Amino acid sequence: MKKLLLFLLIVAVYAAHQDLWNWKKPDPMIFGFLPVGLAYQAAYSIACSVLMAVMVKTAWPKHLEDTENSSK
Amino acid sequence: MIPVIVILAYLALIAFIGGVAFKKGQENTEDFFLANRSIGPLVFFLSIFATNMTAFAILGSSGLAYRRGIGVYGLMAASSSFVIPLTIFFIGTRLWALGKKFGHQTQVSYFRDRWECNHIGTVIFALSAAMLVPYMIISIMGGGTVLADISTSAETHQPLIAYPVGCAIVALVVTLNVFLGGMRGTVWVNILQTIMFLCFGAVAVAWISHALPHDFHYYMDKLASDPKTRFKVTRENMVAQEFWSYTLIPLSSIMFPHMAIMCFSARRVTAFKQTVIAYPLAILAIWLPCVFLGVLGFAALGPIHDPDGVLLQMLQKFAPAWLAGLLGAGIISAVMGSDAHQVLALSTMFTKDIFVHYGGREKFGEKRSVHFARGFIVVVTVIAYLVALELKDKQGIFEIAIRYAFSGFAAMSPVMVAAMFWRRSTKWGALAATLFVAGSLIATGFLQGKPAPPPAPPSAITKPSTNTVANSATLTNAAPNIVASNTPAGKPATAKPKEDIIWQVGQGTNAVTILSRAAATGDVRFLDGYMTVFPMVLGSILCVFIFSLATPPPSQETIAKYFDKGPKTIPTAEP
Repeated sequence: MKKLLLFLLIVAVYAAHQDLWNWKKPDPMIFGFLPVGLAYQAAYSIACSVLMAVMVKTAWPKHLEDTENSSK
Repeated sequence: MIPVIVILAYLALIAFIGGVAFKKGQENTEDFFLANRSIGPLVFFLSIFATNMTAFAILGSSGLAYRRGIGVYGLMAASSSFVIPLTIFFIGTRLWALGKKFGHQTQVSYFRDRWECNHIGTVIFALSAAMLVPYMIISIMGGGTVLADISTSAETHQPLIAYPVGCAIVALVVTLNVFLGGMRGTVWVNILQTIMFLCFGAVAVAWISHALPHDFHYYMDKLASDPKTRFKVTRENMVAQEFWSYTLIPLSSIMFPHMAIMCFSARRVTAFKQTVIAYPLAILAIWLPCVFLGVLGFAALGPIHDPDGVLLQMLQKFAPAWLAGLLGAGIISAVMGSDAHQVLALSTMFTKDIFVHYGGREKFGEKRSVHFARGFIVVVTVIAYLVALELKDKQGIFEIAIRYAFSGFAAMSPVMVAAMFWRRSTKWGALAATLFVAGSLIATGFLQGKPAPPPAPPSAITKPSTNTVANSATLTNAAPNIVASNTPAGKPATAKPKEDIIWQVGQGTNAVTILSRAAATGDVRFLDGYMTVFPMVLGSILCVFIFSLATPPPSQETIAKYFDKGPKTIPTAEP
């Protein structure tokens, strides 16, 4: 179940990159000067960082750390 | 003059760091190529990020934003924010483990062992090396461009450091750093470099905002309110298929040999944790200011001859000389950080995958292998330098990188995924995919047309009027790639790039265009506007799949070696 949820989360974040609704509009200007299409994609980068934090927290390949110990 | 002095002092510091690393180093290939697999978490992040940030990321992104508008961020940076950390998470960590467990130092040594092959590994090596060299060349070209632009006199418009000399300086400093310090020298320099260019964007934006006669809102609003320039602050002139295609390009990242080799160099797998979380934020810190300044430069400077130099022109006009020098050094950092890794990666590949694999170490010894690697570094840099001179003025930084390196490596990613996650994959599947990618690149190069000549620049270009927003007529001239159609007043211009049809199936309204060529750029497009990376990745997946199923799998022993979990360590031919 956890794997499925993570998979869906990844797919959702990937789909969110295609913000067709911002395609042709510059307004509103975020902070007064950032066109909304640019501000959205910048926020998307932050969302990707959050996604990776979730991945590290919940799906970290812990078994690889055994490799570290065994090769010492 | 002051910026030049600042940059030269910085370059001397880098060469010095290479010298210090040389004294710390040991004369064996594990130390020279991977710093004894001892890179800690912070240095690992700074280095792996520097590895990926090229001249293209800073100069190319601002230049492209100048031409095409804000959509450039979503096109490359946002998609990289998603794809690159994920590939590092799923593939980079496993590469690290395989290197630690079996002693692999390159992707090819892993493929050879994983698929029990010899010459097929050599084929993959040849394609990887052929695709890496252009990527390396753009770094040298970027360095030469920066030094020439930043040393150009405002009075005479002549550079103090000519482009060929600038390229030579960058190539020499990188060679010295890598030649002497190997991986250790390279990552030490990366610490300084990454911090410099991470700070670069924020400082540049802050300073320029104070120096401009109007606030940012004024310029953005001016662009948005004019139908002819509105596409700079929207994506209305971008084709949705192209925008989606770009999400495949960052798949190239993990397949770049220098990225994979960096993954082998970490001391602990936990170093990857901070890296994958911080990576998207670092991309944001670099790309957002560069793209924004590119668009702002269009509004503030008007038409310019060399869009890739827009960032430097902004700095020269709106920042004091010393700051322009520091920021120029920041740009040079990005250029050299990746270049050093590319040179080192090529040297590592050639030494391990060819020289050592075909018996060089047995014949000449471990110490001689390091000497061989150093000699290779000098030779390859000289060749790259000569090509950088030859290609100047013929192709843009961005175009070379995209056409040959990024698409090719992205299309090779299914090979890595198959090796790592599909037990049934075979060497014949890998070979088929590799040959398909090579053939696709050759075919694309063959079909690639020459870009349409840009419209004649108005006389204002040589002396751009600063402090004013260029009028809409000249702004339109500066955007040659798009043909605007007639639209009702007050509504955004809709546009469709002109294209030449190469291959069409059917006729009339039922006709489907399989391959076309954009008239303005000469780029080949698939179906209704997809970039060639899409069919290349798709074809590569099919090749791996079909040919693997049609051929016998590797031995059970090899499959067990790579897929049975547990701490068991099995010795290989290449300890």
